[in-house]
Amino acid sequence: MLRTSLYFLAIACAAFFLADISVTTLDPWQEFARMGRGLLTPDFFNLPDFGQALFNTVSFALVGLTIAVVLGALLSLFFESTPVRLFCSFIRAIHELFWAFIFMPIVGLNSVCGILAIAIPYSGIFAKVYAEIRQESDQRPAEALPPASTRFSRFCYGTLPLIFGHLKDYTSYRFECALRSSAILGFIGLPTLGYHLETAFREGLYSEAAALLYSFYLLIISIRIWARAKFIVIPLLISCLFISWETSFSLVGLSRFFLYDILPWPMRAEGFYVGTGELVLVPLELGKWFWDIVVSQALPGIWNTMLLTQIALVATALFTLATFAFASRRFFSARVTGCTYLLFVVLRTTPEYILAYIFLQLWGPSMLPAIAALFLHNGAILAYLTANNVNALESTFDAAQGRFNRYLYEVLPRCYGHFLAFLFYRWEVIMRESAILGILGITTLGFYIDSAISRDHLDTALLLICITAGINMSIDSFSQVIRKRLHISGHVASRIIGPGESGS
Amino acid sequence: MKKAVKPEILFFLLFSVLVSSLSQAAEFTFTAIPDQDTARLEQRFSKVADYLTDALGFEVRYVPVKSYAASVQAFKNNQVQMAWFGGLSGVQARLAVPGSVAVAQGMEDVRFRSYLIAHHSTDLQKSKQFPMEIVGKTFTFGSKGSTSGRLMPEYFIREKLGKSPEELFTRVGFSGDHSKTIALVQSGSYQIGAVNFKVWQKELEAGRIDPKKVTVIWETPEYPDYNWTVRGSVDQTYGAGTIEKIQQALLAIDDKALLAAFPRQKFIAADNSMYQPILDTGRAIGIFR
Repeated sequence: MLRTSLYFLAIACAAFFLADISVTTLDPWQEFARMGRGLLTPDFFNLPDFGQALFNTVSFALVGLTIAVVLGALLSLFFESTPVRLFCSFIRAIHELFWAFIFMPIVGLNSVCGILAIAIPYSGIFAKVYAEIRQESDQRPAEALPPASTRFSRFCYGTLPLIFGHLKDYTSYRFECALRSSAILGFIGLPTLGYHLETAFREGLYSEAAALLYSFYLLIISIRIWARAKFIVIPLLISCLFISWETSFSLVGLSRFFLYDILPWPMRAEGFYVGTGELVLVPLELGKWFWDIVVSQALPGIWNTMLLTQIALVATALFTLATFAFASRRFFSARVTGCTYLLFVVLRTTPEYILAYIFLQLWGPSMLPAIAALFLHNGAILAYLTANNVNALESTFDAAQGRFNRYLYEVLPRCYGHFLAFLFYRWEVIMRESAILGILGITTLGFYIDSAISRDHLDTALLLICITAGINMSIDSFSQVIRKRLHISGHVASRIIGPGESGS
Repeated sequence: MKKAVKPEILFFLLFSVLVSSLSQAAEFTFTAIPDQDTARLEQRFSKVADYLTDALGFEVRYVPVKSYAASVQAFKNNQVQMAWFGGLSGVQARLAVPGSVAVAQGMEDVRFRSYLIAHHSTDLQKSKQFPMEIVGKTFTFGSKGSTSGRLMPEYFIREKLGKSPEELFTRVGFSGDHSKTIALVQSGSYQIGAVNFKVWQKELEAGRIDPKKVTVIWETPEYPDYNWTVRGSVDQTYGAGTIEKIQQALLAIDDKALLAAFPRQKFIAADNSMYQPILDTGRAIGIFR
């Protein structure tokens, strides 16, 4: 484990030197003063459509997640089959924002688009994690059943009762993520909190933005009150009843998207400017089209994305190791852990785009603001999970007295495996998220995808999305190999977290 | 003598009702590119929707979008039948939907301009000559799909300096919209920026610009910009002559409050051919293939 960690550290150091990092501070203080004033004077009474946005944020997450749980559970039962595994890996490798972009032409920019954009990638995530939990569970009860019993009853009577608690814990943890995703979908125009947050922030209406951010924090903190497993049916029903199911589904839009817009440009070039929509097949030109995109966009995009991801990954790890102790009752009093908990909520709930913008003001444009935004966000999530893990460890009778000794000799060796496993799960997430920070002028894959969409080159956009998904899938399988080799798993944690601690 | 209605006909009727209810949302919707003051888009454009509803005699509704690209996609997929586009997004939309027409533009749009603006630390002053000193600085455009915030500035920069922005500047960012471009250059996060001249004037009047921090250093030559574009299918769906009626209604707007939403003095007639220069420019820098 140490050796693997050191390899990653060395790669990140090398990447840091290769990356495009600079600090060009001029005068950020005027803008910071305005932001600070906004944070101190949140304006809760001037928010347009606030109730509707809040409702949409929750219902997209809830309905999307419910669909994902059902689909994910089904898929997880067949996870031993390679096609299913690849399929799940593919659907979760595409960022929610890009799913929304794919559904937009088919169903329009509305609730259904938002729900699908959450349901699909989350199905892939659930399928994988549910399957892993199942595979790592104790097989003995299932084996004790009569040999003639079917696979299905073996699962229902032998395995499910054992793992149900872990499935529930993991699902409720994912609910918080779904709420965040739902809010972020507002950035591209879906009517959730993110819609108004991005608008207010972009326009420099910081009092409004602060009010929206604070409400978002409160929403996340209060999950454990209103989203209890037993009563979740009630908000779910309310969501299903009051959500606007209106779509502008059109066959014309659907066929246009799949049979024209995303076809490689050389096929469409002939009829595009004259407006006939004619299609031709020119294999040689197709090859050139593909090669051009790979050389001029995909390769530089992959390079920058990987640099950013590797640095952000290790920075996330360091941040976690440095901070999780402050959130653990094993080290500090309730007051300190409470404050740290709040800080973690703030860091992981504030959209990365906003964090990046703040650092952009501070340091000027380069990869640095992106790294900071990514590691603070992901580090806060990871530190929170690690602290939960540590809280659940049984203390030994000869526990070291000093905090420092306890950290180094008692806690760290015992939680490091889980921590590393969680970190490797985060790896693909970080890479997916590095895609959406185009404001910094860093040419990641996401930057090129966004450019292609804004040029209405949907064929290029889709090719790049597929390439991104491919890279994400390889990172995913690579991290699986490492986890297997190191014999580490994140799910042990979900086994020890008691029901009282699991709410978020 | 009464004839029994054939079941096929009944079925056909039912089917056509179903299809028509699916394929055409009865109401007429339009959108607008979110180029500035995006917090009040709804306020600004719902007034325009009310006016059009009165003038046209059918329900007109405004649909907000969050990006230039989304406005083009919505138009393409008939989720809106009309849009207030920028020069570039208008050309993209009309190419994607053959038969659609530019019906009106603002008086100012015939001769639109962009400003290059600079942070005071660069010591650049306003001049008639193109400021060659911007080479090697950090630079931000507005939205990637903006005509005045990206397409035309990039075109003139390439024309004057013979290289792409990525080669000329140490960094090229895309702030997202004109207001953010001004904020980012004002704070010095980027040294140079390209901005729509109307938005600059408006922000200056509103007192949101500190002239000691950020100044205009160069003005681009003139080019055609924003336009109202309508889908060609509107005449079939809403009755022959509807496009004509829409055009007349737009040209007849003289309410200052309505025009301030754009902000334009008046609308004048436009046609597709006026935007040929935008298409040519777009082709020159690779936005159109």
